[in-house]
This record gives sequence, structure tokens and C-alpha cells, in this order.
Amino acid sequence: MQIFNIVIAGVGGQGVLMASKVLAESALVSGMDVKQNEVHGMAQRGGSVISFVRIGDQVNSPVVMPGSADLLISFEPLEALRYIHYLKPGGRLIYSKVSINPSTVASGLAIYPDDVEQQIAAICAEAQGIEALAIAREAGNGKAVNMVMVGSVMKHLPLKEEVITEVVKKISQGKGVEVNLKALAGGAAA
Amino acid sequence: MKKIISGNEAIALGFGDSGGVFASGYPGTPSTETLEEVARLGEVYCEWAPNEKVALESAIGGSIAGGRSLSTMKHVGVNVAADALLTLTYTGVNAGLILMVSDDPGMHSSQNEQDSRNYAKFAKVPMLDPSDSQEAYDFVKVGFEISEQFDTPLMLRTTTRISHAKGVVIQQDKIAPQIGEWVKDVPKYVMLPNFGKLKHIEVEARLLKLQEYAETTPLNRIEMRETELGIITSGVAYQHVREACPDASVLKLGMIHPLPARKIREFAKSVKRLVIVEEMDAIFEEQIRAMGIDVEIGKNKLPLCGEINADIIRTALELTVTGATPPVEGLPQRPPVFCPSCAHRGLFTILSKLKVFVSGDIGCYTLGALPPMSAMHSVIDMGASISAAHGMAKVNAIAGRDEKPVAVIGDSTFFHSGMTGLMSMAYNGGNALVIIMDNRTTGMTGGQENPGSGVTLQGIPARQVEMVPLVKALGIDNVAELNAYDLKETEAAIKKGLETPGPYVLIDKNPCILRYKIRKPAMNVDEEKCTGCRACLKVTCMALGLITVGEKQKVRVDPNVCNGCGICMQMCKFDAMHTLEGENNANL
Repeated sequence: MQIFNIVIAGVGGQGVLMASKVLAESALVSGMDVKQNEVHGMAQRGGSVISFVRIGDQVNSPVVMPGSADLLISFEPLEALRYIHYLKPGGRLIYSKVSINPSTVASGLAIYPDDVEQQIAAICAEAQGIEALAIAREAGNGKAVNMVMVGSVMKHLPLKEEVITEVVKKISQGKGVEVNLKALAGGAAA
Repeated sequence: MKKIISGNEAIALGFGDSGGVFASGYPGTPSTETLEEVARLGEVYCEWAPNEKVALESAIGGSIAGGRSLSTMKHVGVNVAADALLTLTYTGVNAGLILMVSDDPGMHSSQNEQDSRNYAKFAKVPMLDPSDSQEAYDFVKVGFEISEQFDTPLMLRTTTRISHAKGVVIQQDKIAPQIGEWVKDVPKYVMLPNFGKLKHIEVEARLLKLQEYAETTPLNRIEMRETELGIITSGVAYQHVREACPDASVLKLGMIHPLPARKIREFAKSVKRLVIVEEMDAIFEEQIRAMGIDVEIGKNKLPLCGEINADIIRTALELTVTGATPPVEGLPQRPPVFCPSCAHRGLFTILSKLKVFVSGDIGCYTLGALPPMSAMHSVIDMGASISAAHGMAKVNAIAGRDEKPVAVIGDSTFFHSGMTGLMSMAYNGGNALVIIMDNRTTGMTGGQENPGSGVTLQGIPARQVEMVPLVKALGIDNVAELNAYDLKETEAAIKKGLETPGPYVLIDKNPCILRYKIRKPAMNVDEEKCTGCRACLKVTCMALGLITVGEKQKVRVDPNVCNGCGICMQMCKFDAMHTLEGENNANL
């Protein structure tokens, strides 16, 4: 198969890396070649985070080039707009509608644009916004936004939903298993 | 069994599977996870050293005592360890010794972009450069074999995209550790001039033997495809080359020092156009051009700065580049910021207010340099906050300037190399205020243990270094404690430190909230009382934001982000901020 390029964007602390891990492990279990890469320099919360997952028969570079992503998953609207140029023509964008203020906005140095979703729609007409935080809370924990987002893209991946569900079950711990599976299902139904 | 793991995890796994016995390193992005994974795997002894020099020297001891040893660090760490490395190359090893160094092209989390391949040339040691997780795993075993066969330390080099990228790894059979004899051998291990002179001759002879090895080892392989274009490359750049021009012939170098001159000539002859793709310095290119070989494209078209990717290679070769639309412009930046409820926020709120010159250091607190705080004015290398502040104070005194510099340093950086600077300041009659943010962890790299944590890398309880007696022992009489969560107290303490002549040390003992998972009830804002004056926003916390209520702007606290430290509350003159009762839901 041709390489399927996924870009996952969000804010430090939102669980972008965990979501990337689920997709990469699922590809491995499915017998595909896969490379996953993100740059995690500083441990602090609040910075912009971008992660790449590339799935195919043979994957060389761990990096997705701008203009070549089949799928962009963003955990925050502004971050969707920041990385929207990674999408290839006809690529799919799914994002969480809950905005998180950058520190530049929180300190009054910048203004969070009030038309982020309109700008997204103008560039990618089929972009889909998800109420991920509400779905995560319904599943039992607001922190499960990452699993809601994985759930919301499942049907667009070259991976079987059962495989992803099994991987989530395997890498979640304790009470997190139930919450994460609910969040996954909630995302899939969104 | 197949696994998907990062290059760092692969090196850790490879170390355990290659009979590794002893590992010592210092945290530094992107190398950190290697030793963490050795600890997690739990099969081989490993430890954090207080700095890279100590780490490498301990690994040297491990090798002399007969155990295969590993030392891990980031590129700038090798500068600290270089004193050991440049003589270790003379003594050679007993059991195999690998120095793993992680470069950071693109400077994702580093203060410079130095290319560690220079150190392999400088120290005249072999260097391996894996191009994915599988090679990272495999090269540990072959690295130990080379180290022992040629009686040399070996450098295993990664870059950020190797250390942090995950790929599929197939694990090989495990070799059980075999600890050799601990032998006294004065001419080999005592580098007095008379022994060193003989050793230098051996080093040069060893390099020639390694060059012969490089000619025949499968680590360096020619992949012949079309003969129009031939590319010499290594590391992650190899993967980008395969992506950018899948039909080109490639000489893939796995062993990048010393270079296989005959193999390079043979490859150059077999292709029409020769291209060299290497990130950062022109190390291959300079050597290959010096062999008299014609190179069409190298650093004349490819960048010396930053990372290389498939599009950059395509552009240099004038091939079609994916038609990407440009990024959306004018969006608010989202830089990393102090975590909600981090004690550094209180300190820098006051330092920013007092407008003092802050000599900074390497750690989370370096973020104090960013606007709107803009309260850090020099950051050079580990430990420089104190020694540079000392120099500033001396010149200020000569110039007749009555201003005392402030040095800010964390506990791990202080243990690493701030202590010596402070001792010098005490000894040489210095005059600076030194603030030690002792949060009991190495925060910026993700919360690793250090001599102040009370626990080792392997989770064993350990003697905890106490900061106050240590600082006093270095010769400082004026030492006081600081609580950066209390803004008034912090301001008063800093002012006292600035007014008191001579060296003065303030120590904040608040633990890292991220590392120690400290939770406090969130704050909220009384909209009736909030005037929208923005005084609280000066503390730069991502839990705060402005909302429009009617015609006025008011501050709102995001309860999913706030961790209730109350620093913003102390900025409010209108009593508009209060603590929310109940459970904290902060996403930390």
C-alpha cells in the first residue's frame, strides 16, 4: 500500500503522544511498517506539539512533509489552523472544538482569533469539528480527549477498529481502560 | 519479536542484549530516555551522574574493571566530558565502552547546533551513525565488538529524529554479560607523558586499522540502482534521501569515522553525478573533496544549519517538490511556558518587576527570558549563571557601576557545574545574588532524579544532598530560604540580597509540581469585582484569559488548567480572585 501520512497536533499535556502510540502500535499489530515521530524537547505544559505517524509497506523518513498528510487530527482549533498546510489536496481534517489559550494570549500579548473555525472551513471545506471535551467527560474523564479524537478518525484509517480497540485496552491502566474505551466509542459515534 | 520503539529505547534494549554491565549518563534532550529505558528494563545497573564528565569517567572505570559500559549524553554534554574523552582515546579500554551522544539539528531543545562528528575526528575514535531504531539496536552490539577488537572507545551518535522517532525493531538473541579481569597496567592506564607519547603512536596506528575495517564492514554499504545519480549519506538523512530520490544509487555510511576512502572512490566512479547529503557540518564533503573526488552537490546547495528533509533534498537536486500551500500567517504563537502553579512563575514575576540583570542558566527557568517577563539576560551553558554573574560583578566594580547581578540556577544545574562557580565567587570576593531554584529534580528533561532527589535512577533510596550546608561549605555566609509562591516575601528577600554586599544565596525549596504531581484547588474570578486591569496576566499563566462580559473585558480562570498556586491572586488589587472549593481537575 501507499504510505498513509497522519499528523497529530495539540497542546503539551493533551496526550498527543499517547494517541500517536495507539496508532503506531495498531499499525505494527496489523503487520504494517510504521514510523512515528514527534519532537518533545521541554517537559513543560502548554507548548504547541506536533506528531507524525506514517503507515505503509515500507516507510523510510519519520517526517511528514507539508502538503502530504492524508489525515490531520488536531486536539485544538488554533493548532489545526497552524498545521493545516500539512494536508495534501483532499486530505481530511478532524479537530476538537475546545480552544486552549496560548501563553501569548493569556498574558495579553496576542489575541485568540475569533474566526478560527471559519478560517479552517475556508481552507478545508470538509473539516469536522468534534465536541471532544464533552464526550471525554461523559466517558468519565476530561483528560480522555486524546482517545475521543482517535475514535473520531478510526473509520478513516487503514487500520481495523477492533485492532485499535485492543491496543487501547492493552496500554491503558486500571480505571483508565473503561474510560478510554468509552471515549474511543464516543469519538467514533461523533 | 517485533516492537515499535524509539532510537533511544532501541539503544537501551541493545545495551541489555549485548552483555552491558554498567551505564552512567546525564539527562539531556534528545538522549535522556536511553538511560530511563535501561532502568525500566531493569536488567543492567545504571545511574545518573551529576554531569557528563563524571558519567564518562565512571564508564571508563566500569570498562577498566571489565564490564561493558555505556555513557549517554547530549551533544553539548560531550564538551563537558571532552577532557576525559581526549585521553581515554589514548588509554583505550578493557571491556567495550560506548559513548552515546545525541545531536539536535534544528535545535529543538538545545543552546547550540554543534555536530558531534567533529569529536570523532578530534578524538580519533570510531563513530557509528544509525539511520533508524533497528540500526540503533544493532549498532550497540557491533559497537562493543569494534571497541574491544581495536582497544578503543566508540561513539554511537544519534540525532533527534533517530532518538525520538519510533520504528520497528526485531530483537536478537541476548548475550549474557561476561565481566573480565580487573588488571593493573600502568603504561596503558597512567597517562604520564612518557606513556602518553607511546600511546599517541598507537592511536594513529589504530586509526589506520579502523580505516581498513571501514572498507570492508557491512556497516558501510553500496546500494546500486540507476547510475545517473549517486548519493553518499548517513543517519536519518539516508531515510530522507530514499524518500526524495528512490531511484538514486546510495553509499550508506553506518560507520562515519574513519571514512572508507577506497569504497568512496569506487562508488564515485560508478555514478555520473555525485551528491553528499549530510546534516549540519560538511564533514564528509571536506574529507571526500580532499581525496580529490569531484562532488557536484554538497553544502553548495544544502544547508549547514537546521535539519534536512526530503523536500530540501529535492529542491537541491531541482526535482519536483510536493505542492504545499504556505502556512497560515499571523497566528498567535504557542511557546512553552511555566507549568500552571510552577514556583518559577513567582520568582520571575518579581525579577521582571525589579528590572535587575539576570544571568541565567539551562533549565525550565530559561523560559523567564521570554516576553512579557523578559527577565533573563544571558544564558550560555550549564553553570554559567553563577560564574558569568561573578565576572559581571567584577567588571561592574571596576567601572564604578553600583548594580549587583542576579544569577538564577536550578538544583540539577547547580550540582552539574554551578557549585564550582559559586566556590570561585566566595574565594575571589565576588558580589552577586545567586538564586537556587531547588525543586529536587531535573525538570526540563522530564523530571529525572539527581543528588538532591533522595532516590536514584533505579529507584533506590539515596542520601539527599542538602543545599544550605553545601552552599555554606563552598564559602558562602549569607544564605537564606525563599518561598517564590509568596510575592511580597520574594520581593523583600531579593531586595535584601541585592542590598547586602558580597555573595548572597537564596534557596527556594518548592518541589516541581509536575514531577511530584502536586495538586491544589483551582482559582476563580469574581466578575463583579474584576475590573479587567490585566495586572494578573503579567504572571503569564495559560490558565488565565480575557473574556468579554457585556462591554467590559474580564479575566477568566480555566479550571481545567489552573492548579491553584495563587500567584495571580496576589497581583489582584480588587480582591477578585478566590480559591474554588472542591477537587482540582487540572490537566497536569
